[in-house]
Amino acid sequence: MYRQARWDEPVIFELGREGRRGHVVSGVEKEIKRAVGDPLRFLPASLRRRKPPRLPELSEVEVVRHFTRLSQMNYGIDLGLYPLGSCTMKYNPKINEVLARSPSLGMIHPYQNEETVQGILEILYRLSRWLAEITGTDEVCLQPAAGAHGEFLGTLIMRAHHKANDGLEGRTELIVPDTAHGTNPASGSMAGFKVLVVPSDGEGCVDLEALRAAVSERTAGLMLTNPNTLGIFEKDIEEIAGIVHGVGGLLYYDGANLNAILGKVRPGDMGFDIVHMNIHKTFGTPHGGGGPGAGPIGVSEELAKFLPVPSIGFDGEKYYWDYDRPHSVGRVRCFYGNVGVLLRAFAYILSLGAEGLEEATEVSVLNANYLLKKLKEIRGFDVPYAEGRPRKHECVVSVERMFRETGVRALNVSKRILDFGLHAPTTYFPQIVKEALMVEPTEAFEKEELDRFVEVMQRISEEAYSKPEVVLNAPVNAAIGRLDEVKASHPQSLTLSWRMHLKRRESRGEP
Amino acid sequence: MREIGIESLEELYADVPQKFRLKRRLKLPSTQSECDVRSVVNELLSKNEGLRNMPMFLGAGCWPHYVPAAVEAVVQRTELFTSYTPYQPEVSQGLLQALFEYQSMLCEVLAMDVANDSIYDWASALGEAVRMAVRLTHRDVALVPEIIHPERLETLRTYSEPVGIRVEPVEYDPETGQLDLEDLKEKISDKTAVVYVENPSYLGFIETQVREIAEEAHDQGALFVAGVDPTSLGVLEPPGEYGADIVVGEGQPLGIPMNYGGPLLGIFACRDDMGLIRQMPGRVVGMTTSIREGRRGFCMALQTREQHIRREKATSNICSNETLCAVAAAVYLALLGPEGLKELGKVIMSRVYHMMQALAKIDGTKVPLFKAPHFKEFTLNFDGAGRSVKEVHEGLLQRQVHGGKDISKEFPRLGETALYCVTEAHSKEDIDRLALALEQILGRES
Repeated sequence: MYRQARWDEPVIFELGREGRRGHVVSGVEKEIKRAVGDPLRFLPASLRRRKPPRLPELSEVEVVRHFTRLSQMNYGIDLGLYPLGSCTMKYNPKINEVLARSPSLGMIHPYQNEETVQGILEILYRLSRWLAEITGTDEVCLQPAAGAHGEFLGTLIMRAHHKANDGLEGRTELIVPDTAHGTNPASGSMAGFKVLVVPSDGEGCVDLEALRAAVSERTAGLMLTNPNTLGIFEKDIEEIAGIVHGVGGLLYYDGANLNAILGKVRPGDMGFDIVHMNIHKTFGTPHGGGGPGAGPIGVSEELAKFLPVPSIGFDGEKYYWDYDRPHSVGRVRCFYGNVGVLLRAFAYILSLGAEGLEEATEVSVLNANYLLKKLKEIRGFDVPYAEGRPRKHECVVSVERMFRETGVRALNVSKRILDFGLHAPTTYFPQIVKEALMVEPTEAFEKEELDRFVEVMQRISEEAYSKPEVVLNAPVNAAIGRLDEVKASHPQSLTLSWRMHLKRRESRGEP
Repeated sequence: MREIGIESLEELYADVPQKFRLKRRLKLPSTQSECDVRSVVNELLSKNEGLRNMPMFLGAGCWPHYVPAAVEAVVQRTELFTSYTPYQPEVSQGLLQALFEYQSMLCEVLAMDVANDSIYDWASALGEAVRMAVRLTHRDVALVPEIIHPERLETLRTYSEPVGIRVEPVEYDPETGQLDLEDLKEKISDKTAVVYVENPSYLGFIETQVREIAEEAHDQGALFVAGVDPTSLGVLEPPGEYGADIVVGEGQPLGIPMNYGGPLLGIFACRDDMGLIRQMPGRVVGMTTSIREGRRGFCMALQTREQHIRREKATSNICSNETLCAVAAAVYLALLGPEGLKELGKVIMSRVYHMMQALAKIDGTKVPLFKAPHFKEFTLNFDGAGRSVKEVHEGLLQRQVHGGKDISKEFPRLGETALYCVTEAHSKEDIDRLALALEQILGRES
């Protein structure tokens, strides 16, 4: 039985004692002190900090103990299965962490002369060529810091393309399927497009008739995930591409599900013009609890001129940055990208190689289909859409029937899974499936761990039908029971910082 | 395979149209052992020359600072770094509490009430802040200082253009570098959504008129946004004390290695005002209680602003951010405490003033160009020596010293000028070595 650590760990402001210090900043040499005196005299009195920040005062050991205890109340891949659909939570190889901590990376500055950073430039250049090969695109830009950042950049490139071709006025609409990740419509609207949603057909794929009806001379493009968020391959991709290209639109590939097709089929070959990759999903870099990731984009030759400045180049002898790109959309951040993350991806691809990447894809798809087969045998679980068709890297089950019969919802199932030392699937997504659980096992977990997941799901189903309160009251083995998320967001109780907490406490007249 | 009734893995790809199937291997290197990968990557990395090999005086948005070992130790806890966004808060209390503490400590440093868990970097945080101000004011002009990091300005333009925001620079006083208040008054209007200043500025000097600027912005119904380097805020008045509505900045100096410019840590904070908070982009953690036990706990709050719920109506598309860097910053701030942060500011300023004094003694230099207080960077001009920054820089490199950033093309009005940076991670010897090398270079042929 699993028990997550349950420390009654105070908030850091409640720890420590006045005068304690966890780190001493290197001092100033005597000569400098003598020559400069008190440096604060150079600041006008009106701009000198009057009240010191109310930071906690702790010794180093207190700080380390506090955060180590906190880390024990956190679940990560190294503890077990993490089947969050569309998140591709695969194992993060340790060697990549060792390499990424090299001072030969940590201590180099982005504005160093190119001849002093040829090593990292070569790594970035080769990585960008590999990613172009993997996605079937012509040029790759490593700048975006996350998938959504790449999407924003991709939709800006769509804009630039239409602006250059026929002026932008007409091309105002961006189409996304109803199964799309939330970032797609959000990115489209950030780039100034009106977002149109097309429904899925009975097979869970883009409804071709609806798509034909939606496209027009106003269509800037279509954003598509393939395989989609149901884990189903959009087999009509040729027709879809034809419909979108036929009206002069561009096809955008959301790379969140790229792990399903490495070495099997490439977005560029399917007709996609712009592709983003989630390095922290497909290429095994740790997600860090919410980042840093990296979201490079690849584009066709025709669109390459719109990519951000600078692009990385190689003249046969040395690697360099090219800032001379008059058609570029600009840049979406400072410097060149999340290099620390990209280095890990370089090492990952180097380790696995062409064969290894393809094998990873195959095993991830096999694992998803194995889970699908096992899960649909469980009482109360149904598999919506495309009966009998293989899934790719993920599958979606619906527990709507269980909910109707027992009152146990997808959310409750997810919470109960936590009690067994496993992470829950993505819950309530895609939104077209009622009581959805979206499961992506990845290639990283062996059959025994998958079987354990199935056993746990089986047991939860039995509990739902025999003693539903057990499921409804979950989790009981996590660091804390179900949280009041409504209270967390309610304007009356919203507490987003310690100072807001103190203010509320004061206004309630508490000490 | 037996369980799901297939003979070959190929069957799982039966629905992928044959014409699109890749009928060859990807053109990538072959599988390699861990040992080989280690030596290949290490050999490539060893071609880099970093701060360890030679003194280096680059800053400009990514700064060399010492990273305490305890920060590295905490961010290497795999429970934290191998986790995803905390969608299941009950098993993610550790990360959520650490993020709440990051938000809280950052708020103390900035004297603001609310901070999110990060935007990608300062530049993208500025882009988001301006868009947020435009949504709130229903106006469409952003006034920014002419002295701004060019990449930050470029990023802001990229974020602004698609929604029709006009970004307009406000001139500076050539003597002091300070924002030209007359020009500000001329340009500000009922179309101004936001007035933005950076403090310290891109060129290292401190903007001393922040209160007047904030007042001017507010008088005209615009929001006042400040961009900051948090290492200055142990000694410098925080933006919350001079009227900032939104604060952006770069958190990389708080315990995150330079890593050739990424990952960074985009700071984003605002006042306790529901209007502002509801329009804030990005993830934010709130304190709450567990339903049955009533124990204190943490979860993501205000998710209805976000893309996975609100889709095209979301305040931003951001989901993955720089969370682990935020955790590093939390550990860093906890280690330093209020006294440490102040000490850090004083050490940096002592070094900067010492270095400016030392370099001013060399014939042909002007340092700094602007009569204003400086924090950790300053301008160094070679016009008096009749030498270009490029020439001087090459000379320095030959002497195993890496000079500052050449800004002569970014700001042609400033002549042959470079931007130099010094922090607590430099030593007096580094500065002496630079001064000696400069003396040799400028003295030799002039």
